[in-house]
Amino acid sequence: MEKKNESAGVAAKGISTRAAEIAVALMFFLVGGVVVFDSYRIGSGWSSDGPQAGYFPFYIGLIICISSLVTLGQSLFGAASRSDKVFVEWSQLKQVLSVLVPAALFIGGIQLIGIYIAATIYIAVFMVWLGNYSWLKGIVIGFAVSAVSFATFEIWFQVPLFKGALDPLRFLGY
Amino acid sequence: MFEDLNALFHGFSVALTPLNLLLMFVGVTLGVIIGVLPGLGGANGIAILLPLTFTMPPTSAIIMLSCIYWGALFGGAITSILFNIPGEPWSVATTFDGYPMAQAGRAGEALTGAFTSSFIGAFFAVVMITFLAPLVARFALQFGPPEFFAVYFLTFCSFIGMGKEPPFKIMAAMMLGFALAAVGIDTVTGQLRLIFGWYELMRGFDFLIAVIGLFGIGEILLSMEEGLTFSGKSAKIDPKIVIQTWKKLPQYWVTSLRSCLIGCWLGITPGGATPASFMSYGVAKRMSKDGAKFGTGQLEGVVAPETAAHAAGTSALLPMLALGIPGSPTAAVLLGGLLIWGLQPGPLLFIEQKDFVWGLIASMYLGNIAGLIIVITCVPLFAAILRIPFSIIAPVIIVICAIGAYTVHNAMLDIWFMLLFGVLGYVFKKLAYPLAPLVLALVLGDRAEDAFRQSMLMSQGDVRIFFSKGLVGGIMGLSLLLLFWPVMAKTLARMRSPKAA
Amino acid sequence: MRIQHALSYGAMALLGAFGLSITAPATAAAWEPTKPVEFVIPAGTGGGADQMARLIQGVVVKHNLMKQSLIPINKSGGAGAEGFLDVKGAKGEPHKIIITLSNTFTTPLATGVPFNWKELTPVAMLALDQFVLWVNAESPYKTAKEYLDAVKKAGPNKFKMGGTGSKQEDQIITVAIEKAAGVKFTYIPFKGGGDVATQLVGKHIDSSVNNPIEAVAQWRAGSLRALCVFDDTRMPYKEKVTTTMSWNDIPTCKEAGVPIDYVMLRGIFTTPGATKEQVDFYVNLFRKVRETPEWKDFMEKGAFNQSFMAGPDYVKWLGNAETLHYGLMKEAGFLAKP
Repeated sequence: MEKKNESAGVAAKGISTRAAEIAVALMFFLVGGVVVFDSYRIGSGWSSDGPQAGYFPFYIGLIICISSLVTLGQSLFGAASRSDKVFVEWSQLKQVLSVLVPAALFIGGIQLIGIYIAATIYIAVFMVWLGNYSWLKGIVIGFAVSAVSFATFEIWFQVPLFKGALDPLRFLGY
Repeated sequence: MFEDLNALFHGFSVALTPLNLLLMFVGVTLGVIIGVLPGLGGANGIAILLPLTFTMPPTSAIIMLSCIYWGALFGGAITSILFNIPGEPWSVATTFDGYPMAQAGRAGEALTGAFTSSFIGAFFAVVMITFLAPLVARFALQFGPPEFFAVYFLTFCSFIGMGKEPPFKIMAAMMLGFALAAVGIDTVTGQLRLIFGWYELMRGFDFLIAVIGLFGIGEILLSMEEGLTFSGKSAKIDPKIVIQTWKKLPQYWVTSLRSCLIGCWLGITPGGATPASFMSYGVAKRMSKDGAKFGTGQLEGVVAPETAAHAAGTSALLPMLALGIPGSPTAAVLLGGLLIWGLQPGPLLFIEQKDFVWGLIASMYLGNIAGLIIVITCVPLFAAILRIPFSIIAPVIIVICAIGAYTVHNAMLDIWFMLLFGVLGYVFKKLAYPLAPLVLALVLGDRAEDAFRQSMLMSQGDVRIFFSKGLVGGIMGLSLLLLFWPVMAKTLARMRSPKAA
Repeated sequence: MRIQHALSYGAMALLGAFGLSITAPATAAAWEPTKPVEFVIPAGTGGGADQMARLIQGVVVKHNLMKQSLIPINKSGGAGAEGFLDVKGAKGEPHKIIITLSNTFTTPLATGVPFNWKELTPVAMLALDQFVLWVNAESPYKTAKEYLDAVKKAGPNKFKMGGTGSKQEDQIITVAIEKAAGVKFTYIPFKGGGDVATQLVGKHIDSSVNNPIEAVAQWRAGSLRALCVFDDTRMPYKEKVTTTMSWNDIPTCKEAGVPIDYVMLRGIFTTPGATKEQVDFYVNLFRKVRETPEWKDFMEKGAFNQSFMAGPDYVKWLGNAETLHYGLMKEAGFLAKP
């Protein structure tokens, strides 16, 4: 999967691997720190009858911090720091975001209008924008997927799915 | 022995009525659907359909419900192989080699291998249930907290040190899994951990949500980079692939047998199908001569976890029948069903309800055969899903993932977490942070911690409890052996060929 | 350790009287669910509350007691707090009910989760669950007194008591035994009642305080022994469960010199702001459920105390139970640090 691009001018082509490494290592450090902090708060010692609630998480957080510092050091000063590999090219990033952003909007949509309607719209829009299908095909397939899931979950298995804050399907009585 | 066989044949006559056969096929089909949908597990499926069976005779009801269970075990593999989305927790290890196979255009082969191995695992377990039930059930009772911890430790040890990724990244990923597993309420003290007053976090991070995101959504994002395709969509769809795969399978008989044993062991002691599949994969990777190629699309890497998972899933029913102890959440729901039908599970069931027990055992044989027939005939159909254009299947997969993430806990927040894990999966994969240790730590982390701390309570803080008895000491010894195996193998190799260096 | 038994028996008598006059107020139940009702279970699949909820679902389907269906949903996160917060948050949505355990009281006290039963609308008490002191059948202790004497003689922390969860009913009872008998157990928390029974059969722990339904299979198979029931009076079921004993043959712990009396609520609540008509609908529904043979059979198998309460009696009972739990938890040092 990984595209290796050895040519110069990383910034022009995309986000450098080095920058990504540093960002992820910092994220890990932050998570580790949070874990250590909360574990210390609830007690991270070894009481008479074994470890306290925070004992394991405390050391887990500590290990996360240490390993992320090592990775951070490597990407800042190590051999990797001089690498000019591209983590993701701008064109690729655009492709990835073209899935990620609609997916996030879709989930936001679920929150508002429920899973079934959001799914119909999402599938239709995805097919039309990224797949160049006609609106008719998109809407038919989107509707079909929603209808099948509705039948499967609400009617057949009786698992109520999220209908959204506005609940536009209220009239169906589910 | 002879008496058992007699009882079994009587069981077949109970199970082989037209109604029961019909229910078997209905059950397996429903089960496959449940297994395919991530989030909707075997336990939920059975719990949901339980009330429908109240009007049936108990034997028919349990036949249908247990067939749902077999179906779910079969079905879990399908999405793992096709889309890298494990439909069930125990199919995570199947993705490691199954998905690369599908990408290489060998989806049909991977599916056939997975289904057939599942069947073999289950068959082995059923034979064991038939003839060794009382004996084996007693073995399950040997397992207290120290033994459970030893088993989890063994699973970690069989898996650790396998990756080629930078060691500090493996460590960070694994510990992140442990940290996520710790979120929520602590079983031993009842304290809330790592939630910072955000009560939505109380339920913790479910393993399935992380897996759907890391593997499924992450994979879609990676695919997007390459343009709008799933690799492997050019797969040949040829019914002959089944026969060709069957010809290849016998060479993996050692792996199969080992996986059957691991599966049965972890099924009976309620370790469960998930650790069984991981452990079996890890051990197979170490023992196989092609071990180094695992993860790139080895059929053996599909055989090992699937055999073990299905063997474990099946043998988990044994302690339920023989002792009234559910070996898995699904078994626990079935147990509830027994009570409602007026049957009392437990040691007396074999004596008081002969028809029922042997009918059920016979249905295990028949249900698995029915399941194999159904899923094998559908292999070309499943493989054909990959031919659907990416721009149609991708949004559908994301919708199904969202539904799956929601159904795990009926929580909207989980869908957001799924997306977050998706981004993490994408970034981690590109930066060589391994996902397998993270997932393993997430699924076993809190159970291992509970077992460890229960043991510490028992021994008043004395760590020697883990070596105090033969069984627990043996498992711990085996774990340490596996842990240091790479070092020892190297030393041995150096001693044998001193001039090679 | 007094739980208001007089009260619950009084209510049973009251119910008898009520049963005769039930035809009159039935016309008041004008409200009916217009969509499927969610039945929240604040515990995992396979546990006691889960079994009961799924039985109710089955009974409702089988006897066609409700036009819409009843859909059980497990929300077990945070010792059940997840389920309670869900119902609390669904104000004005009458299509949601919840079955409760003692964690209604214990979880908010032990974890500090902002929740109180008063924030929900009480519907009815379905039954009370008993607790029994169990030991392995191969152990030499025939009575509770013998066992507790041995525990005392061995010194503190030598005997292991297993139970479900931490700072919940099982541990509360354990602490109560310790106080009453002057002993000290090592309490080992497990995830579910089934686990506890298995661990006891496997001799990894020395005793448990399982509910009858959680341990009955092992009792019948002769691998566990029942020492005493934590109640004022013996359980009423006289039919033989094992070859030699019925539930009624188990002495009370009071008889055995440990005057502890603790029962667990199996009751129903609905969302805040439910109207009287809505509550009446559910009360009537559960009255009908109680009349079915499946329910009666289930009650007998699990040796439940079949008290039924609704309306002000139920609210009063809940108030008393809350005070009781607060006292017990405070005494045991289980209250969450502020």
